Amino acid sequence: MSYIAKPSAHHPALPRNAIGFTRRDYEGSMSTLCAGCGHDSITAALIEACFEMDLPAHRIAKVSGIGCSSKAPTYFLSRSHGFNSVHGRMPSVTTGANIANRDLIYIGVSGDGDTASIGLGQYCHAVRRRVNMTYIVMNNGCYGLTKGQFSATNDKESPSKKGEANPFESIDLCQLAIQLGAGFVARSFSGDKNQLIPLIKAAISYKGFAFLDVISPCVTFNNHPSSTKSFDYVRAHNLASENTLDYVEPKEEITVDYAEGTSAAIAMHDGSRLVLHKLDGGHDPRDADAAIMAIRSNDAKGRIATGLLYVNEEQQDMHDILATSERPLNEVPMAELCPGSKALDGINARFR
Amino acid sequence: MSGINDFVAKFATVNGSGSASANSIFAKTLFRMGIPVSPKNIFPSNIQGLPTWYEVRVSEAGYLARRDGIDLMVAMNPQTFKEDLAEIVPGGWLFYDSSLPRVWPRDDITVLGVPIAEMCAAKWRDPRQRQLFKNIVYVGALAALLEIDMDVLRQTIADQLKGKEKLVAANMEAIELGRAYAAKHFDCPLPIRVRAAQGAKGKIMVSGNDAAGLGAIYAGATVCAWYPITPSTSLAEAFEKYAKRLRTTKDGKRLYGIVQAEDELAAIGVAIGGGWNGARAFTATSGPGISLMSEFLGLAYFAEVPVVLFNIQRGGPSTGMPTRTQQSDVLSCAYASHGDTKHVLLFPANPTECFSMGAEAFDLAERLQTPVIVMSDLDIGMNDWVTEPFAWDDAKVHDRGKVLSAEQLENFKELKGKDWGRYQDVDGDAIPYRTLPGTHPTKGAFFTRGTSHDENARYTEDGRIHARVLDRILRKFETAASLVPKPQVTTRDKGGKTGLIYFGANTPAVHEALEALEREGVRVNALRLKAFPFTREVLDFCAAHECIFVVEQNRDCQMRSLLMTEADVPGTKLIAANSYDGMPMTAAFVRGAVLKELRPAKAAAE
Repeated sequence: MSYIAKPSAHHPALPRNAIGFTRRDYEGSMSTLCAGCGHDSITAALIEACFEMDLPAHRIAKVSGIGCSSKAPTYFLSRSHGFNSVHGRMPSVTTGANIANRDLIYIGVSGDGDTASIGLGQYCHAVRRRVNMTYIVMNNGCYGLTKGQFSATNDKESPSKKGEANPFESIDLCQLAIQLGAGFVARSFSGDKNQLIPLIKAAISYKGFAFLDVISPCVTFNNHPSSTKSFDYVRAHNLASENTLDYVEPKEEITVDYAEGTSAAIAMHDGSRLVLHKLDGGHDPRDADAAIMAIRSNDAKGRIATGLLYVNEEQQDMHDILATSERPLNEVPMAELCPGSKALDGINARFR
Repeated sequence: MSGINDFVAKFATVNGSGSASANSIFAKTLFRMGIPVSPKNIFPSNIQGLPTWYEVRVSEAGYLARRDGIDLMVAMNPQTFKEDLAEIVPGGWLFYDSSLPRVWPRDDITVLGVPIAEMCAAKWRDPRQRQLFKNIVYVGALAALLEIDMDVLRQTIADQLKGKEKLVAANMEAIELGRAYAAKHFDCPLPIRVRAAQGAKGKIMVSGNDAAGLGAIYAGATVCAWYPITPSTSLAEAFEKYAKRLRTTKDGKRLYGIVQAEDELAAIGVAIGGGWNGARAFTATSGPGISLMSEFLGLAYFAEVPVVLFNIQRGGPSTGMPTRTQQSDVLSCAYASHGDTKHVLLFPANPTECFSMGAEAFDLAERLQTPVIVMSDLDIGMNDWVTEPFAWDDAKVHDRGKVLSAEQLENFKELKGKDWGRYQDVDGDAIPYRTLPGTHPTKGAFFTRGTSHDENARYTEDGRIHARVLDRILRKFETAASLVPKPQVTTRDKGGKTGLIYFGANTPAVHEALEALEREGVRVNALRLKAFPFTREVLDFCAAHECIFVVEQNRDCQMRSLLMTEADVPGTKLIAANSYDGMPMTAAFVRGAVLKELRPAKAAAE
């Protein structure tokens, strides 16, 4: 049905958020991905999160690379500018856009091939630079658009559709992010909306580099029962959750009493809070070593640790590090940027 | 031909030995005496221990191209004694450290031995001082031999060592050591010597990279991303130096953001992201970086995102000669990236133009919504040139191109008679209107992509639409031809049929050669290219001349090819005059190439 243009009319009674928009105002054009694709669920979660957060869509910029995942930004937030760049290079384009205007919300959308293979270098360096963005990997373990080759996140031994086992180690993007100093690292599953939406909200609220690795099965090429990226496998092995999380918006009060020692509230830069509920055996996500341990020990048992894995409440973002002006650089008038002829006299004098 | 204020001195030293600052003191002092000089640093791709040379041509007449034939060789590097000796013209001088005396196997030159190491060992105890001051001692000896103005020399040293006053006194002692020895032992001054002149008065001495970095500041660039690569590194560093000084607010905040990227791909990606988001953004690189940036250049071309790229060309192919100069990226830049792409190129000929064209590049990039590549090279970029001072017109308004405000988006249809679409040609100049993220709550959002798109930025696989969009972008290139800087035409032979096309760093060599040829009765009209696409004037010049020399520094005559392809000039009338040994071009080379064609008998006799 993807060839049908999406009608823009909607029911007048559709609920509106605090800034007067309906969910439909956060949608994009009709998805052209395969029916049942996990990416479409992530898209739906993004729409829901932005609607519920009352975000003005035009203050969001969507940036992606190349691949099925990178097509996805067309399918949400049609009132936001989007930039479908080149393969593996979303991080650099987002970095530049962010330097130019620090006031927008940046959602980077990438895939496992786009991030873990061709774009691994750019990914690592965007983490190191603490670019204030939400970086989402729609992770299906394979190359969809070129018909199902293994990607670098496909688990070792997990077979292709034709039954060939993957001989190579997989790259765990969450562990890498924690090691490189990402401030917010979470893993989720496209099939778990209740977990995903609060994580997206928290990632967007986070000031600094927020990484979300969302396992998103490829229904066409990597959803066979023996694949570790299939719906069935992830459902059966998802440790949802290591820790559960509530996202509390700035305007809300925390009304529920949480038992001492089992929960923690983390303040976000924009006034919102994350309330974590510690489950038995869960780790403290403010502890990077514990987070990596949780990922690795669960993985060794064949389980996938999802939820908020790591958060650093005091991260400086790229602009803090670069000491840039509070004003967006793209709004500084030329008169302030160009020193003029008088300053040039002094400069010429130094070269005489 | 050598004499007072007209000679070439060459310093042969070991890199990492501290000679660079002594050599630049020498050149700067002559410049401050008002004498036009052109220092060329011929350095290895290495930090310490390899041979390095510094050539200084002194020319009261103002000829600042490199010139072969060394009048005075300061031979401080035993590794290269043999070749350095061979380069000296008959009747010339060889200056060396005679602490270890040696016999020089030439009887047509004068050897000037100064026991520098011995003198330094006697004067200083610290081994580092002994080493560093050797360089200053030879400058002192040259001061006597060439009759350099001591007041100017002292002031130059004082300026160079600003903030380290103690060192000034020590340096002056080293100068005096050398000067006194030379005055006592040699017949000073030599027939080649210097005297105060007027030719360099009012000028500045600066490198092109410093100038281009400053140009980006004046252009209002706020986003700079780069990856270290010789010879472009000093451009980004210059931008940072000036930005710190000129773009820091009173509360210590910066009105710029600089990223030293992980590679050239990221560097241009950052710049494109910044340009897309409405900042003036740029990167600087050299040959290998151009190769790496090609995919992104195609994206910016097709998605129509402004970005400025400074290419400080060096010797290719591959890693090639990283510390030698060439103009060998003409074609790779004109057509960078796969598919049908063409890019706007600017060709500065000196640091003054690196400044002015560097700034203008940003106006063009935003006006045309496309990458603009400033084609400098190692010779312009890293050598100090005596050049016109930088000038800025405060009345000038930066051309930010067609960017719609929220209000203009609201009223677009009333203003323009049709609905806005990102890639609609509304004005007939093939330049569409763009919008920036965050401008308007409900209007102006679109999806920027490198995949094929229609006039409203929607994905398309309709071949007719694809071709239509490509055609419009080509028409935009025609608009570009009306906006880029026009060439400089010099008519020496009105109605004459012989012409010469040149650009960039070859300019001093070409000017000198054409003047010499004119004195010999060979008059050649000339056109200096400043930009690609070629403007009307270039086409007219090519049509008006039957025999046109194309002077360039690359093997494959790339500019000649570009003229054939893009200006439809028949190859039969374009005569290649190309060098590609990595050394700045000489006037003798240009003159020889012209004579070989026009006066073959004379050329053969020479």
